Amino acid sequence: MMVINTQYRQGMRRLLIGVLAMTATPQIHAASAEEILKNDCAGCHNLIGPAPTTLQALWNRKGPDLFYAGNKYQARWLEKWLQTPTRIRPAGMFYANHVKPGAKGDEIDTASLADHPALAMNDAKAITAALMKLTTRSELIRPGEYKPGTVSLATGEMLFDKFRGCLSCHEIEPGYGGMSGPEVYTAAARLQPDYLISYMRNPQAWDPKVFMPNKHLSDVDLQKLVHYLRAIDEENGK
Amino acid sequence: MKKPHTLLALLLPALLAWNALSSTTASAGEKPEDNYRTYCAQCHGVQGNGKGINSRDMSVQPRDHTDTKEMSARSDQDLFKAIEDGGLSINKSVLMPPWDDVLSDEEITGLVMYLRTLCRCKHGE
Ligand code: HEC
Ligand code: HEC
Ligand code: HEC
Repeated sequence: MMVINTQYRQGMRRLLIGVLAMTATPQIHAASAEEILKNDCAGCHNLIGPAPTTLQALWNRKGPDLFYAGNKYQARWLEKWLQTPTRIRPAGMFYANHVKPGAKGDEIDTASLADHPALAMNDAKAITAALMKLTTRSELIRPGEYKPGTVSLATGEMLFDKFRGCLSCHEIEPGYGGMSGPEVYTAAARLQPDYLISYMRNPQAWDPKVFMPNKHLSDVDLQKLVHYLRAIDEENGK
Repeated sequence: MKKPHTLLALLLPALLAWNALSSTTASAGEKPEDNYRTYCAQCHGVQGNGKGINSRDMSVQPRDHTDTKEMSARSDQDLFKAIEDGGLSINKSVLMPPWDDVLSDEEITGLVMYLRTLCRCKHGE
């Protein structure tokens, strides 16, 4: 039980890095940003790691893990969304906590979903800078792996729906698609392309208990799927 | 064991809690009904009737796991294979995903037994 194994040592190193990252104060806004993160965000968001390793912890998770925010989000999107947050997960963090059986099938109890707190512009800027410094799990990212390219909306949708079965859980436009996962029509604006590839390749590497299956996608599929996510993001922004 | 220095002593409770968490998953596995609620109910429904929140726009509807007639026509091996390797592996729809990277063999066996309680049926009855 008390064996100090490798995982334990790694954990300690990560924790130390986390603690140091939280206490460093290199920039003008940094001190207040860390205070906001600690006081107003840490109650719902894990800023240190690790991701849940039991179902109980997964069910109780109040907001997305942010301890690898710097490897995940597009800074431009973060800054904007923190000021004007919109719903990303139609059924909340864990759908079963927000779903009840209805006459025609399961329904989302939208009253149980809270709006996200919004930040003032300066706070959003400072928090974005602080979050982008949280770069744990870099070992899962291959920088520059995504090679920009295009795929037609029709071909991309065939892949996303018929061939790989992703539409079951993800909306590709508001009100169309599955609802247990995050909508993906803003995914390309929200998330870094190399993160998208890494996550779709192996969701469990980031989040061991997550309810997205590993679909064993080929490298060619992964590239095409990012092309497609970029295309629907552009379509959605029109 | 060497005497831990101060910082380690301060961090120790958190580290132990994490260590304990990681070691439980490695061995025991989760309860079948908890796995079903987490991974299956999104499509198959919280009551297992095939009407999960995702089913509305799906081109092939999730199997109703309470359907005694259909479910008794499936062998336990087929159910196991469908869960482990997905619908394609038993010549069914790709919309039924593979769960091999999420669930252990023991957990899948537990789910097969759980499906038998949902359909109140056995193979061939
Ligand atoms: C009451 C709980 C709660 C608090 C407090 C909270 N959040 Fe959130 N946060 C959530 C939930 C729930 C979501 C998911 C929203 C969705 O999917 O629609 C979320 C989403 C986010 C996202 C988008 C993440 C993603 O991957 O989709 C960011 C970034 C974020 N929060 C940052 C913050 C910051 C910064 C603070 C503090 C100023 C904060 N949150 C405070 C619950 C909270
Ligand atoms: C059974 C449901 C399910 C299926 C099928 C599924 N996903 Fe997911 N997906 C999820 C969940 C759940 C998450 C993560 C939720 C979270 O972080 O809160 C996710 C996350 C993602 C993300 C990251 C989005 C974000 O905002 O963090 C992308 C991109 C994605 N999925 C793409 C795909 C692709 C491509 C496929 C098909 C190959 C697919 N998904 C199939 C449930 C699913
Ligand atoms: C993304 C939606 C989705 C999720 C999540 C999902 N299923 Fe399915 N499942 C389906 C669909 C659709 C079918 C029907 C396939 C067909 O008829 O071609 C199916 C069929 C099945 C079958 C095959 C029944 C038969 O006709 O032989 C079994 C068994 C099954 N699912 C069990 C599960 C279990 C257990 C889980 C959770 C670990 C699960 N499913 C999660 C969509 C899903």
